[in-house]
Amino acid sequence: MKFVDEFRDGDLARGLADAIGREVREGTRYHFMEFCGGHTHAIFRYGIQDLLPKNVRMIHGPGCPVCVLPMGRIDGALHLAKQPGVILASYGDMLRVPGSGRDSLLKAKAQGADIRMIYSPADAVGLAEANPTKQIVFFAIGFETTTPPTALAIRQAHKKGLCNFTVYCNHVLTPAAISSILESPEVRDLGTVPLDGFIGPAHVSTIIGSQPYEFFAEEYRRPVVIAGFEPLDVLQAILMLIRQVNEGRFEVENEFSRAVTRDGNAKAKALVADMFELRRSFEWRGLGQVPYSALRIKEAWSAYDAEVRFQVPDFKSEDHKACACGAILRGLKTPADCALFGTACTPEHPIGSCMVSAEGACAAYYTYGRQRRAS
Amino acid sequence: MKLDLENGVVEMAHGGGGRAMARLVEDIFVRSFDNPLLSQRNDQACFDLSAGRVAMTTDSYVIQPLFFPGGDIGSLAVHGTVNDLAMAGARPLYLSAGFILEEGLPLSDLVRIVASMARAAAEAGVAIVTGDTKVVEKGKGDGVFINTTGIGLVPSGVAPSGEKARPGDAILISGTLGDHGVAVMSCRENLSFEVDLLSDSQSLGGLVGAMVEAVPDIHVLRDPTRGGLAATLNEIARQSGVGMELQETAIPIRGPVRAACEFLGLDPLNVANEGKLIAICAEGDANHLLSIMRAHPAGRDAAIIGQVVEDADCFVTLKTSFGGTRMVDWLMGEQLPRIC
Repeated sequence: MKFVDEFRDGDLARGLADAIGREVREGTRYHFMEFCGGHTHAIFRYGIQDLLPKNVRMIHGPGCPVCVLPMGRIDGALHLAKQPGVILASYGDMLRVPGSGRDSLLKAKAQGADIRMIYSPADAVGLAEANPTKQIVFFAIGFETTTPPTALAIRQAHKKGLCNFTVYCNHVLTPAAISSILESPEVRDLGTVPLDGFIGPAHVSTIIGSQPYEFFAEEYRRPVVIAGFEPLDVLQAILMLIRQVNEGRFEVENEFSRAVTRDGNAKAKALVADMFELRRSFEWRGLGQVPYSALRIKEAWSAYDAEVRFQVPDFKSEDHKACACGAILRGLKTPADCALFGTACTPEHPIGSCMVSAEGACAAYYTYGRQRRAS
Repeated sequence: MKLDLENGVVEMAHGGGGRAMARLVEDIFVRSFDNPLLSQRNDQACFDLSAGRVAMTTDSYVIQPLFFPGGDIGSLAVHGTVNDLAMAGARPLYLSAGFILEEGLPLSDLVRIVASMARAAAEAGVAIVTGDTKVVEKGKGDGVFINTTGIGLVPSGVAPSGEKARPGDAILISGTLGDHGVAVMSCRENLSFEVDLLSDSQSLGGLVGAMVEAVPDIHVLRDPTRGGLAATLNEIARQSGVGMELQETAIPIRGPVRAACEFLGLDPLNVANEGKLIAICAEGDANHLLSIMRAHPAGRDAAIIGQVVEDADCFVTLKTSFGGTRMVDWLMGEQLPRIC
């Protein structure tokens, strides 16, 4: 498969693993957080940890948009789906995510709610056109990558004069979440969580560029290497981070230069800026309230805001007390340290955020890495 | 009254037990399935079986769309049940066919489906000897549902079973994975993409016949249908109380399947197959069995993909082409595409 196989080549991987082996210094700690679920998935799916020396450890960050959405927002989506005359359009992997009381969109669908799985926000606009007597609500989630398509869908609906299309906006922002992790007392003051560098997002960075990470590198004195989602990208980024640590540098480097520029995608950013504004605070599953970490639809476009049209109540819901997701997302614990992991909490019956999507740390560990605990 | 096979549709009367139903059975089913037992028009088929072990299985088919590249619900209803018999090492002999038709189904579609079943049965060397037809009101079915039950004879000395995998055994697959699942997905209503691929739906009776003749002591035979290779190997590992180690580079997967799974965020090891089998045999028999499989048209792309190992946790693991190791787990719930 062209443009894919080249980035999964086993011989090149062995060459990179050897280079990493030569570069690491005994006695030095290299604990790197990959922010994105896409990286977490690649690390587990290709068994990248097996190729790394013992003192290089990967900490799996909160960059899975499905995982970090709090139960209250899922309850909001369930509330919308159950309104008479509403068709709720959602991405596939949102369907299984449990809200409070372990209710999910899949269960609501089985009970008669009209919920459609779509592949693109444009499909939701299509549904609105095809069903003029129904209200189509698009359950929009994701980081900066999926926000421009949502903006575009609203524009399309506006151009077509569709009055039956709204968006339940749950778009969140990467830099705010990274800040929240770095600002947590364990990381900033106590030093109990060793975080020696970041693998920066791939797809998100194609939109926002590499520039937003320069602040972190400088302020928190941690190197950042932006990397693609292919396994060779990840290995190369780890090598680049190790070199920065060894040389005492903390710069933003761009391994994913085939897709990411310093300034990102100006057109997409303008589209988003035109339609969305920052929420003062937004709850993240596992991280709690994070200031200025999410977007809402601007008042000028409020005709397309499902929260305005349907007066969605503010659902509150608490995560399970024994769930260790928050600690796992900040690198304090590994999935295997959680009492619920693999027993009460499995991909089939997820309790915590890290188990709900294939990209969450616990789900990836459960699905692809369980043999490590046994061996 | 004659049936209008070109423009007519299934009506409630076709399931009513009266003349309309008799006409439907006569003109479509009996004519297509044409065999002496069915032609007796009794409520059951009576036949002699030679002494020995008999295998019996049943399966219901509810696939959407009814017609897909490389097959349809009719051929699938024959292949699926024939293959379930074959996985016992049995030679499939007879099938029953129960139809639940939805009012409004074009008769031309029904004719196409039944003709396809007849063709598949002839190719597999089985006779459809008894059947049943019901009609449900419009909106209460999905065009057509088919149930088939099959009976076959197991040659003496042949007894593959899921609990017989032993550490050291070789794991073989009869061909490329994921063709059926991806071919069907490519024509689902909300996900049409163009892919140069046909479903692998086919009878495995002939292939199994050749395999058990050459190596009667095949320990396990199973077809990786829903849930794909991953689910099937996990089932066997648990039944046998063993682990399995696979080599990713040895698993045959076609380019279009890999590409489709790549952009949908699916794992080909979880995708359904309808014409492939997994065989587990003693290591010493593996190369002989592989050459027999490759000599048969249904096993041309067969490969040895891994081995059975001792493992109290019954884990199925995969040595990745990248050089690492990962688990191959069951699919959780329904297969859903990832957002990014």
